[in-house]
Amino acid sequence: MKRLLLTAVALAALSAGAVAKDFKPAVIYDMGGKNDKSFNEAAYNGAQKFKKETGVDFRDFEIANDAQREQALRRFARDGDNPIVVVGFSWANAIQSVAPKYPDTDFVIIDATVDAKNVRSVTFAEPEGSYLAGIMAAMASKTHTVGFIGGMDVPLIRKFECGYIGGVKHADKDAKVLTAMTGTTPDAWNDPVKAGEIAKSQMDQSADVIYAAAGGSGTGVLQATADASKLAIGVDSNQNYMQPGHVLTSMVKRVDVAVEQAFKDEQQAVKDDGKSFKTGEQHLGLADNGVGVVFDKYNKDLVTDKMKQAVEEAKQKIISGDIKVHDYLTDDSCPYQSS
Amino acid sequence: MSTPYAKLPAWAEYVLLPFVNVVVAFLVAGLVVLLAGDSPLHAFQLMIEGAFGYGEGIGYTLYYATNFIFTGLAVAVAFHCSLFNIGGEGQAYVGGIGVAIAALWLDRFVPWWVTFPVAIALSAGFGALWAFIPGYLQAKRGSHVVITTIMFNFIASSLMVYLLVHVLKPVGAMAPQTRTFAEGGQLPTLGWLLKLFGLNPGIAPFNITFLLALVMCFLVWVLVWRTRFGYELRTLGFSRGAARYAGINEAKIIILTMMISGALAGMMALNNVMGDQFRLQLDFVNGAGFVGIAVALMGRSHPLGIIPAAILFGVLYQGGAEISFDMPEISRDMIVIIQGLVILFAGALENMFRPALASAFGRIGRSRRDVAAPAAGE
Amino acid sequence: MSETAIALKGIDKSFGSVHANRNINLTVRKGTIHGIVGENGAGKSTLMSILYGFYQADAGDILVNGEKVEIRDSNAAIAAGIGMVHQHFMLVENFTVLENIMLGAEDRQVLNAGIARARRTLKELEEEYALQVDPDAITEQLPVGSQQRVEILKALYRGADILILDEPTGVLTPSEADHLFRILEQLRNQGKTIIFITHKLREVMAITDEVSVMRRGEIVATKETSQTSVDELAELMVGRRVLLRVDKGESTPRETRLEVKNLTVDDERGVTMVKDVSFAVRAGEIVGIAGVAGNGQSELIEAISGIRRARSGEVILEGEPISVSGEADPRRLRARGLAHVPEDRHHMGLVLPFEESENAILGYQTDARYVNGAFLNLGAIRSDAGEKMERYDIRPPDPRLKTANFSGGNQQKIVLAREIERDPEVLIFGQPTRGVDVGAIEFIHKRIIEMRDAGKAVLVVSVELDEIRGLSDRILVMFDGRIVGERDGEAGENELGLLMAGVEEEGTAA
Repeated sequence: MKRLLLTAVALAALSAGAVAKDFKPAVIYDMGGKNDKSFNEAAYNGAQKFKKETGVDFRDFEIANDAQREQALRRFARDGDNPIVVVGFSWANAIQSVAPKYPDTDFVIIDATVDAKNVRSVTFAEPEGSYLAGIMAAMASKTHTVGFIGGMDVPLIRKFECGYIGGVKHADKDAKVLTAMTGTTPDAWNDPVKAGEIAKSQMDQSADVIYAAAGGSGTGVLQATADASKLAIGVDSNQNYMQPGHVLTSMVKRVDVAVEQAFKDEQQAVKDDGKSFKTGEQHLGLADNGVGVVFDKYNKDLVTDKMKQAVEEAKQKIISGDIKVHDYLTDDSCPYQSS
Repeated sequence: MSTPYAKLPAWAEYVLLPFVNVVVAFLVAGLVVLLAGDSPLHAFQLMIEGAFGYGEGIGYTLYYATNFIFTGLAVAVAFHCSLFNIGGEGQAYVGGIGVAIAALWLDRFVPWWVTFPVAIALSAGFGALWAFIPGYLQAKRGSHVVITTIMFNFIASSLMVYLLVHVLKPVGAMAPQTRTFAEGGQLPTLGWLLKLFGLNPGIAPFNITFLLALVMCFLVWVLVWRTRFGYELRTLGFSRGAARYAGINEAKIIILTMMISGALAGMMALNNVMGDQFRLQLDFVNGAGFVGIAVALMGRSHPLGIIPAAILFGVLYQGGAEISFDMPEISRDMIVIIQGLVILFAGALENMFRPALASAFGRIGRSRRDVAAPAAGE
Repeated sequence: MSETAIALKGIDKSFGSVHANRNINLTVRKGTIHGIVGENGAGKSTLMSILYGFYQADAGDILVNGEKVEIRDSNAAIAAGIGMVHQHFMLVENFTVLENIMLGAEDRQVLNAGIARARRTLKELEEEYALQVDPDAITEQLPVGSQQRVEILKALYRGADILILDEPTGVLTPSEADHLFRILEQLRNQGKTIIFITHKLREVMAITDEVSVMRRGEIVATKETSQTSVDELAELMVGRRVLLRVDKGESTPRETRLEVKNLTVDDERGVTMVKDVSFAVRAGEIVGIAGVAGNGQSELIEAISGIRRARSGEVILEGEPISVSGEADPRRLRARGLAHVPEDRHHMGLVLPFEESENAILGYQTDARYVNGAFLNLGAIRSDAGEKMERYDIRPPDPRLKTANFSGGNQQKIVLAREIERDPEVLIFGQPTRGVDVGAIEFIHKRIIEMRDAGKAVLVVSVELDEIRGLSDRILVMFDGRIVGERDGEAGENELGLLMAGVEEEGTAA
């Protein structure tokens, strides 16, 4: 690894005379791009919100292939951008190799854990939020059959799926969960037509509540269930408004809050002493409101008090540890039986 | 009977015409930049400086070019047999499995130069296997390779998702990818080569696979123009009738040609998997298989044309990234549009300026010919 | 009748470095049949393409009925009253005759009114010029001669006063050709002007009023047909005296070399093209197969030479049967002494984009003398090709020149050199002089006779009756996949013509 050594030496020389770090927030998205109607867009929204509130502009970039990851990171770090927020688990290796070379830059990675001094790793307890969504689905279902439609078949989506099944079983031991993925290529994140077809087929098998954890494809599920006067559950951001009266709830994952928070923390840190930016793991679960289900004016007629009560009860038990929601990634399997 | 267009002199055919195409492509792309409210000249300057202006940029340009040389050669070999292999994408993707098997198996025990030949053989083998089936179906069943290779791109995609999500992913990892290879699975960079010219290679993943690509260019040239097999391949490519007349085994040639084409595409995986990322990832080919079609078209299916064409696309990739670093108004999608324009003009519309050029040459030719000997009309 | 229909003044056209037409001045009088003759590549087709708007001349003027016209495309040509009947028909095969005639002149989006009007006009045209064709027949089901009449009607329907016919008799039987000539005379008598392009001098003598001879892109002479002769025209075409009649001695046939027994062959579509054909070719004789194109000759020689599978029957080469229904293997047949000059040199005998030397080994690419293991021995290939080029006077003598850049005659000589120089025992020639200039025809015919005199068995298939009669010691006539008659080499043209037209069938001759 001669190359690493050499660059490290060169960098050491460069950074030796560096002055106190600036606050120049930046965010780099994953391949989906910033308009993916899913979590890249949530990150963008968080940054936008920060901009609106503080008037500080941010720099952003969408990569076009994997080779650009390190290139973009180094480019941003060299230009003095700080903090640099990267969105998506695919960034883990790039951050792992770049972050140590720029010790004066703070990095934030969302959806993955990287062990380095100047990296904040933000992860979300998707299974916990999905668990609550599962409880609501089971209670709202009249047919004792509910559905799950994932996007691309990747471990992340299995996490959602597994937590959801756990929640359904918690509320209704005999309920049946139909599961399907939209596809096996990245197109699966943006294929609402196909996702809608899958939703119809699940409804034909008597599913009456369907959880769509499928990025941009989820809109197709929401549309199909609304057309059939059945219920859907949205994901990532609050999608209740999209088909009012037909979206039971949305399992939100506050990527936007994480990005906004990272920018705010850094702003404060730079103002103070440049060293107080909190790095390390930041796991956002129900307790931190990092994930959760939404109750708002669009779904108030769908949600019964009994449902709210059950959700609240389960939430407290999860926070206290009385209920342990299984994380698919710990063993790549799901202990809950879907039928 | 006369051919529709007059023949151009060789230098015009191979240098001037592609050059005119590229210039027009950039002019139209410049309009796109202008529409986005930026200066096309500045964008062009950023692109060229980004691609050639400093060592790391050159490293990235050549890294991308390496991918395109492999896929370009793959398409070109099939072209010579008049087979349109659109499956470079899937063949390269599946070739990645071969690389991963070699690296995951050997990386902890042996140095890279032991792993490398095994990885070459396995990547070529897997790519060839992936092209064998469409080749066989074309040769024996007449199913058109254009259709079957496209289908095989999709099948490759599904296969890789299955393998990466369920088989190759380490337990507990989030990303659908293999573990990172140890030293024995990492190819050395060619940074020293750039340093010879006083350039700083930075972190550019420009690696030894580039040299392999050049070797393959030479071997493809030998294969197509210097071997009996190449002769039969070209005969079949130009004229099925002549091939039948000459007693050439059509099915055998088609199948072998597709396998060689697939092997070349498969080797592309070495550059990314062992040369840059050191692990097998989803969707790592990222369109290089399709760019190979444009590269082969622009390069007139000759290795000596494919190398500059591949470098041009390397410039578009690396320079394109530089533009979007520094010009926030130019989004990633606009870079794709600009790349698409170059493919359109240089590949699909490559004959657009031929008649004009030919008649220009005709006029020059005539004014000269008053002294030349009269030629019979053909 | 001395009004001018078409006058070309100083027409000049080049393709890159090829000067296809130079300073052409041509006057065609109204109401005449004007022949244009010349060898392949003399520039006839280019000139007519300029007249019909496919190409634009680099210089010069076109005058139609005394007025200067710009002909930028074929629509402009039609507007100027010029119609063209192409050598290869431009008809949609599965359309009816009426649909083909209307195609491109439909008038409106809704066809009904147009169809009725077209039918009326067609009826008038048919009566006026005695051009009978059933307007509702499907075009591909018509005989070739009728299809050609459809082309003529198509031109007339568009109001053509000047008709250009490009090599119109190439696809016709002698009797169909006669019929065409009668139609042309009728058209002329009605005041139409006809430009008749051909390389067959006897047709020119038979039908035209005036004839212009082209050579190397120039018009070298224009003559009143009645004031000239075939010999004079041939000399003008080639630029030197040529022997049109093949000189050959008596044949002395010996043992049978090639025998075909009850051969039946289907084409790709499953149509039986060769039906139970049997014949034999002996050492030291030339057997000619006459027939109008498309009567199974192509499939017959392809089956004999191993390119096409036969359905049933037997081919016996040098006393040993060869598998005709198994996997085709022309390479093994070559090794056993069978050489084949295919009738379609552009799609079979040669690979046009190849260098000459590459074509000189086509079919012999596995011979030990041309390869080192898996590699080509380019040195040997090129020097071998160079020698052959010299012996066969192939010009230009550059083994590395692209084959497409050679003239038709030189291309044919490349094939001939390759096949003859291997000293085979049995030779099959398909259309040995198609698209070949007169000078090369003489050369090729001499070589064929030399092979016979050297004791080889020679089979010649040609649609040129003159060629068959000139070369053959025995003549077989093929019609509809069968051999309908056998004659000796002295058989008369009329007699053969009737057999070729299928008029006089006399059972299967052996």
